[in-house]
Amino acid sequence: MPTMNIIQAVNDALRTEMRRDDRVVILGQDVGKFGGVFRATQGLFEEFGPNRVLDTPLAEAGIIGSAIGMALYGLRPVPEIQFADFIYPAFDQIVNEASKMRYRSGGQYACPMVIRTPCGGGIRGGHYHSQSPEAYFIHTPGLKVVMPSNPSDAKGLLSASIRDDNPVIFLEPKRLYRAARGEVPEGEYVVELGKAKVVREGDDVTIVTYGAVVHTTLQAAEKAAQEDGISVEIIDLRTLLPYDIDTILISVMKTGRVLIAHEAAKMCGFGAELSATLNEKALLHLQAPILRVTGFDIPFPYTFEHEYLPNEKRLRKALQDSINF
Amino acid sequence: MPEGLVRILRPDGKVEKGQKVPSINPKDLIHLYRVMLLNRRVDERMTTLQRQGRIGFYIGSVGEEAAIIGSAFALEEKDWIIPCYRELGAALLRGFSLFEFCCQLFGNAQDSIKGRQMPNHYASAKLRFGSISSPVGNQIPYATGIGLAARLRGTAEAVLVYFGEGATSEGDFHVAVNFAGVYKTPTIFLCRNNQWAISMPRELQTASKSIAIKAKAYGIEGVQVDGNDIFGVYSVTREAVDRARRGEGPTLIEAVTYRLGAHSTSDDPRAYRDDEEVEGWKEKDPLCRFKLYLMAEGHWGEEKDAYLEEEIKNEIQAALKKSERIGPPSIDTMFEDVLDRVPWHLKEQLEELRRVQELDAVQQEA
Ligand SMILES: Cc1ncc(C[n+]2csc(CCOP(=O)(O)OP(=O)(O)O)c2C)c(N)n1
Ligand SMILES: [Mg+2]
Repeated sequence: MPTMNIIQAVNDALRTEMRRDDRVVILGQDVGKFGGVFRATQGLFEEFGPNRVLDTPLAEAGIIGSAIGMALYGLRPVPEIQFADFIYPAFDQIVNEASKMRYRSGGQYACPMVIRTPCGGGIRGGHYHSQSPEAYFIHTPGLKVVMPSNPSDAKGLLSASIRDDNPVIFLEPKRLYRAARGEVPEGEYVVELGKAKVVREGDDVTIVTYGAVVHTTLQAAEKAAQEDGISVEIIDLRTLLPYDIDTILISVMKTGRVLIAHEAAKMCGFGAELSATLNEKALLHLQAPILRVTGFDIPFPYTFEHEYLPNEKRLRKALQDSINF
Repeated sequence: MPEGLVRILRPDGKVEKGQKVPSINPKDLIHLYRVMLLNRRVDERMTTLQRQGRIGFYIGSVGEEAAIIGSAFALEEKDWIIPCYRELGAALLRGFSLFEFCCQLFGNAQDSIKGRQMPNHYASAKLRFGSISSPVGNQIPYATGIGLAARLRGTAEAVLVYFGEGATSEGDFHVAVNFAGVYKTPTIFLCRNNQWAISMPRELQTASKSIAIKAKAYGIEGVQVDGNDIFGVYSVTREAVDRARRGEGPTLIEAVTYRLGAHSTSDDPRAYRDDEEVEGWKEKDPLCRFKLYLMAEGHWGEEKDAYLEEEIKNEIQAALKKSERIGPPSIDTMFEDVLDRVPWHLKEQLEELRRVQELDAVQQEA
């Protein structure tokens, strides 16, 4: 198996799916000849031409609106929004059109499309190149939401998303783009949506997380095992909606302690939903309150971005708090 | 407003036939040249600083100085400037200090926006210079709103808002210009058409013949000017400001210019545009053109220029030296200004952060 980073894995998935299905079309800013500002679509314009890879004017509502139209017509658009921070001009098209098309037409119309967009901080990007907007989309019925944490999942989940018959928001943690490397299966490769992965087994505390924070929790768990004698199990959700409740429940019943970690702000973040659901479904299995380690409830800062992001120190402190409750 | 491209100063520094140079006293002319040169040298220096890893990012305006500084010069102090991210020249002209600018690049304790944003995203309420936002086009609708408020209050203040030609593809541009037309707001929409939006050429943004022509559809005045000609830019902006003050409504100005550098330090334009095109535009450089004119008129000479270069170099060096050694803001500032007062949950979050940091400090001592 070749070793790739996430950018290469995304590129590989796009190329493989475009070869497999000629309905797959890419559109976005700078995605054509230039190959995208992160180079995720590099070489695709050359291979598939201007009718499959479209450079668009600078208008997110136009990109997503056009993609919806293409999907209604029968194509499989994969629009790119250059940074998740810039998705909001298209929010209306996503929330009021793409997500509701199937329901409001009584199932007559569908909107199969994958909106790819880089998310998250850690690249010195300040407010507007660091946001993690997953909660807005998880909150909106009619969308699937996916966030990979490594190259092989990036390929498999993106391929699955392209084949899925629903609109999918595919969030790519940009600080991992080149940092996360790993083996990626060649050719067609699909990772089923809705399935989480236990990336570390343990007995004392379950950490539920996704995206770039998976890596931070793995480091914290290592330290916690060595220095604090805490055995941590980590679940990488991979698909945020519909999320894999079974895998979480199995783990929680084993450990009885839960920590939820994400980079997005705490208030009404995805952790709040997970926590509430676990309270409803597993209260009597819990030995401590469910804790959250998340971004703070402030706009993503510049100078203090590493204080803002969930880091090893905060995670270890929360693990101790959970154990010592 | 005149039809066709307005140009007063030709690329060779001579005045276009039949055109009149606006009356600007020699002291102001030299000041304008100084700010343009300062802007250019700051951009060059800070780009190097980013390469050295001393700042995280930089975005400059090499080649676009006349469009930015010439238009800002048409305003009075009471007027508002709502910038995009390349308008350092306008800020410097207003009196924004290089030291304050450098503090923002470092996001340090003396940064007036408290280390909250990426480099080049400063703000100065004191100077009526807006807070810079990255999302393309977002500033345009509220420039209409400030103009509307000024009109409702009858103050005869004007608002100058900057954006690139790429921004004219966003809905916000159309919404803003339409509202301004309906309410006849004293807003001057200044589009720096620098031909590129990262890798996307102007032709891919719009099928319109020009950006200026879009004004017609919204029932407002529109004009296209050579954006590398400081006199042309100043003149059309001045006329637009005068009209705005008289209550005659908004103007869309298309300043035709060129982004000589990369989009930002994150970009490498060799991947998508020809050197030949860039070289062609270098011959139309706004700074050279202005200098040639000043020398021909006897306002300027090579000796003075060399002296000014030295002065600017030292000025930049001094501002950097003073700002680079200032540490980060205090951690409390992270939780301030989210709302006017810090609510309970943010107080708790600050405490949580402090406890972790204290724990860390104790562990490090041990
Ligand atoms: C809403 C939005 N979409 C995309 C981007 C990414 N982006 C930053 S600058 C830029 C190009 C802007 O071009 P233009 O408006 O012509 O201004 P210029 O940079 O040329 O001055 C793009 C696409 C952004 N900042 N905001
Ligand atoms: Mg441009």
